[in-house]
Amino acid sequence: MNLSNGKGSTSSSVKTGDTISDQFPAGLRVLVVDDDPTCLMILERMLRACLYEVTKCKRAEVALSLLRENKNGFDIVLSDVHMPDMDGFKLLELIGLEMDLPVIMMSADDGKSVVMKGVTHGACDYLIKPVRIEALKNIWQHVIRKRKNGAKDVEQSGSVEEGDRLQKGSEDGDYSSSVNEGKSSKKRRDEEDEGEERDDSSTLKKPRVVWSVELHQQFMAAVNQLGIEKAVPKRILELMNVPGLTRENVASHLQKYRLYLRRLSGVSHQQSSLNNSFMSSQEASFGATSISGIDLQAFSAASQLQSQSLAKLQAAGLGRSTAKPGVPMPLSDQKNLFSFESPRLRFGEGQMQHLSNNKPMNLLHGIPTNMEPKQLVNLHQSSQSLGNLNMRLNAPAAQNNPLLMQMAQSQPRGQMLSENAGSHLSRFPSSLVQPTVTNGISNGVLGNGIVGNRNITSAYNSVPQNSSLLSFPMSQSNEMSVNSFPLRSSPGITSMPTKGMFHEDGTSDIKGAGGFVPNYDMFNEFNHQKSNDWDLTNTGMTYDASQHANPLQGEGMHQGNLQNVGQPLNNLLVDNSLRVKDERIPDQSTQINNMMSEQYGQEDLISAFLKQQEGIGPVEDEFDFDGYSLDNIST
Amino acid sequence: MDTNHSRRQLAAMKQSLFDQGLLDEQFIQLEELQDDANPNFVEEIVTLHYRDSSRLISSIEQALKERNLDFNKLDTLMHQFKGSSSSIGAKKVKAECNLFREYCRAGNAEGCMRSFQQLKKEHAALRKKLEAYFQVSRV
Repeated sequence: MNLSNGKGSTSSSVKTGDTISDQFPAGLRVLVVDDDPTCLMILERMLRACLYEVTKCKRAEVALSLLRENKNGFDIVLSDVHMPDMDGFKLLELIGLEMDLPVIMMSADDGKSVVMKGVTHGACDYLIKPVRIEALKNIWQHVIRKRKNGAKDVEQSGSVEEGDRLQKGSEDGDYSSSVNEGKSSKKRRDEEDEGEERDDSSTLKKPRVVWSVELHQQFMAAVNQLGIEKAVPKRILELMNVPGLTRENVASHLQKYRLYLRRLSGVSHQQSSLNNSFMSSQEASFGATSISGIDLQAFSAASQLQSQSLAKLQAAGLGRSTAKPGVPMPLSDQKNLFSFESPRLRFGEGQMQHLSNNKPMNLLHGIPTNMEPKQLVNLHQSSQSLGNLNMRLNAPAAQNNPLLMQMAQSQPRGQMLSENAGSHLSRFPSSLVQPTVTNGISNGVLGNGIVGNRNITSAYNSVPQNSSLLSFPMSQSNEMSVNSFPLRSSPGITSMPTKGMFHEDGTSDIKGAGGFVPNYDMFNEFNHQKSNDWDLTNTGMTYDASQHANPLQGEGMHQGNLQNVGQPLNNLLVDNSLRVKDERIPDQSTQINNMMSEQYGQEDLISAFLKQQEGIGPVEDEFDFDGYSLDNIST
Repeated sequence: MDTNHSRRQLAAMKQSLFDQGLLDEQFIQLEELQDDANPNFVEEIVTLHYRDSSRLISSIEQALKERNLDFNKLDTLMHQFKGSSSSIGAKKVKAECNLFREYCRAGNAEGCMRSFQQLKKEHAALRKKLEAYFQVSRV
């Protein structure tokens, strides 16, 4: 038996390569993992009898490394549930997160709870041992189904090119042409010649990209591979190798992702340290509730929320409402939903740094998206780092203002800000930051505001302390739905599997709910202000548009406001979400203005903001935000 | 001819194993996987199984010697053993595994011991019969 070698053995039969051959399902590349040598051998024999190309391995780690080394080398994975070195469900999660392959679980155990676990962890199927060959003859359906679903998601964006692409060399070949025609997963194309497809896409109008779970997972895998620090849109795009996906799409998604990460880290911090920062109840409730509510909705809208994540988010959100966000939430708290706080604070200062330095946090806490457990796991890691980042950021932040300090503390927010802020914020005028620090919300606000503003982001970097406050009002303040993707949070941050979250509707409306500091990417790309599903509406920026005529001023977001603002804001955001799509913020001030108006579409709001601006002074010059001055950020 | 005789004998042996409830449908599945490219597939599998299961039996035995039985561990080990046995179609052995696990869940140490003894007997008996079976098949 050739089971014993570390890598497993491959029995070659029909080579499918990247395209589905005409003999499909023959040649289907199966990886089978089972610690029982007898079962493994039988399965291999059976699979070969089905004319599949089989690779077997005894250990989960070996399987993972095989999969990682050969990204497109397998079509489907069969795994035993009970294995000594790694739980089968954990492997299932990891595979889903990193490679997004269909996974079938097997076990002699047919208890309902185990089978249910398979379902919740994302298994495509569950086979009871001893497995019969008849059951194996049909496993190819899961491959097709996954591809089809993946394509469908992308399709929904209404891409013209999709249709074109689908026509050619549909993976299904003659096989399911009628069904999948038009649906051939655009994503799955990465197995096919994407080069040409990519070229085609460039000539076509770019459709809105819908970040399906699979697409997001690919994104995450790419980000992980590159490392969060090096994960630049261009490279991510290359790694993802998805035809038709543009760098802008990736960029905005990345931005969101970073926000998300920030938020997660912030959230986790929040829980523990609620008391410290000024992120006070406002934030807490604001972030928490808003986030949870909004995010959950957003995410759920985007993807099916995993019950766990959803629960977490809710818990986080709710829990936090009372707590003071300011306190940096310990990473462990990842349960907190994306702490809105983080977005707010994060901008600036220390947080940013933290973010970059910290190891990945489990940002997943709050991310309700349909992240499967595996995703959650990854996110978790990411958030971890984020959390760390936040922590650090918070520290420096504290220097300037008490508020700031708070903000800093509530890391999670800060992280978001900081992260991205790192580069972007540096430009943010410190003065800006200072005045607003008062707002607890600043975290969230900052994040948002900054979104549009490149300067702001940079400012944040430089002004770590206040940065969090960087009332991002500048830009989208809440819009930046910090949903989540941790802005560049520490490199360690693993990609956030939540695909749902980053739902890009093509408009980067960063529904900043709160304070997610828009990722720096946002600043760069600005178009990321998509109206993410994350809709953190409440986050940070309680821009209670209506009320804001002055609230922005000083405290910007009162807690009460926050809550309220969040909601209305959300609405605003949702409706108006900055459609930054691909807009870079060439001129920040303009952009911000534009954004602001877009977002709120309310002159009142804008003027209110403008009032705030006064205090900001330099900021105004630079950013010209109409919106939320830092003052407002306070939460 | 000897071959025919062997074949008939083989068939009779197999039938007997089925009639006694020692083997089930899974064994037939394995036989169907045997072909010219894999002429001794069933025997290879059975050999592999007995090698692996001996290891598991030792582990279970060790575990049963402990003063305070760790029923969870025993259940886990037995689960593995059951999976392996069922993959070759060892019907009676599998039934005995289930019984053992029942006792484990009930925390019945004595039941476990008794069941295990019985299980070992069944396991050994089937092994012998299958060895004889394969011997005839090679003729």
